[in-house]
Amino acid sequence: MSCESVSTGKLFRDGLWDQNVVFAQLLAMCPTMAVTTSGTNGLGMGLATTAVLVVSNILISAIRNFVSDQVRIPIFVVVIATLVTLVDMSLNAWVHGLHKVLGLFIALIVVNCAILGRAEAFAFKNGVWASAIDGLAMGLGFTVALTVVGLVRELIGAGTLFAQASLLLGPAFSFLEMKVIPNYSGVLMMILPPGGFLVLGGLLAVKRLLDQRLNKPASAVEPAAHCSV
Amino acid sequence: MELAILRDKIGYHGISLALATVLTGAALMTANRLTLPAIAQAAQDDLKASLVQVLPEGMADNNLLADTVSIPAAGKEVTVYRGRKNGAFSAAVFQYSGRGYAGEIVLLVGLNADGVVQGVRVLKHAETPGLGDKIEVAKADWIHSFEGKALDNARWGVKKDGGEFDQFAGATITPRGVVKAVKGALEFYSAHRAEIAGEKS
Repeated sequence: MSCESVSTGKLFRDGLWDQNVVFAQLLAMCPTMAVTTSGTNGLGMGLATTAVLVVSNILISAIRNFVSDQVRIPIFVVVIATLVTLVDMSLNAWVHGLHKVLGLFIALIVVNCAILGRAEAFAFKNGVWASAIDGLAMGLGFTVALTVVGLVRELIGAGTLFAQASLLLGPAFSFLEMKVIPNYSGVLMMILPPGGFLVLGGLLAVKRLLDQRLNKPASAVEPAAHCSV
Repeated sequence: MELAILRDKIGYHGISLALATVLTGAALMTANRLTLPAIAQAAQDDLKASLVQVLPEGMADNNLLADTVSIPAAGKEVTVYRGRKNGAFSAAVFQYSGRGYAGEIVLLVGLNADGVVQGVRVLKHAETPGLGDKIEVAKADWIHSFEGKALDNARWGVKKDGGEFDQFAGATITPRGVVKAVKGALEFYSAHRAEIAGEKS
């Protein structure tokens, strides 16, 4: 990744498609598998992650000149873990209703290496504004990916779409909740962890196919932080 | 640039890392100070709201939060909220916790004077979203299956273990933990019934 300024449009294209955290970089597999049992869960995890990702990118980018290469990783980890804890505490204190719904997801963000990956691959080398945009774009791409994986698993596994969305987004969004297949007994495996792998594999294949159709070689994935989850 | 030279000094690494941890630690301490009262207040409000849910209407006519007794159990104090009707002991509500799949599950259990479950609610848990969180009343009706059950009229276990309570697809440990905790709560009540039903403190 070069240090010259990058256009906002390119950042969003990277985040949503070319360098999508889940579908192109294959990062953040832990939350992708664990949380996407329904579209609503995927959406909640994605939105919470986006918020943390934007703030962490801004912070890392702001302190990048003072951080030496040798100790950057521990400093990133400390900053990200602190951020997640701060978000958790303030939501619990001041937006308690939202915390009851999102609270489960927030602690999981710490193990999301997409955040460390963006700190390492982008925010450490770019300005604050570009880093904020990159965090937003990557976060939205992550949200879309998790929601799509969640929706497919939910549809095949339980025959519904966005079940319990009104718990997450408020009663106004209950129109999203759909029972697509009535009297459907469900394919339990899709809700269980193997379903996550199957759906992700299928969606990856679809993305590769689309990339080929558009006569565009699948872009080489930029080197990201080494991370095992 | 001076900063660039300084950054490569070994001492700078240690100091910058120490500074980062001190600053983030300070931020966490401040945030903890600031949020502690609000979080405690929110927990208290949750408790009040759930107290009403685990006792059917008409079971008690007093303010439960004001009539409590502390009973030591397994190394910690259990606070029992006592319900009274026309001054006579009629119900007990207390928190009891068990182990789930991912840590502690804190339950609020409401019993009538004879030790029959009136209602159970989960106050706090960290179970897997989508699998284990069906113990929340907002996500599934499962938690209602304890109502009307007592130590002597139910087989206390999940179906897989020969009991009568459903487990969830993909999550057996969570409901098993909850069933065990509710049973523990009933045993606690029957062991301390005299103290709980005793005179107003």
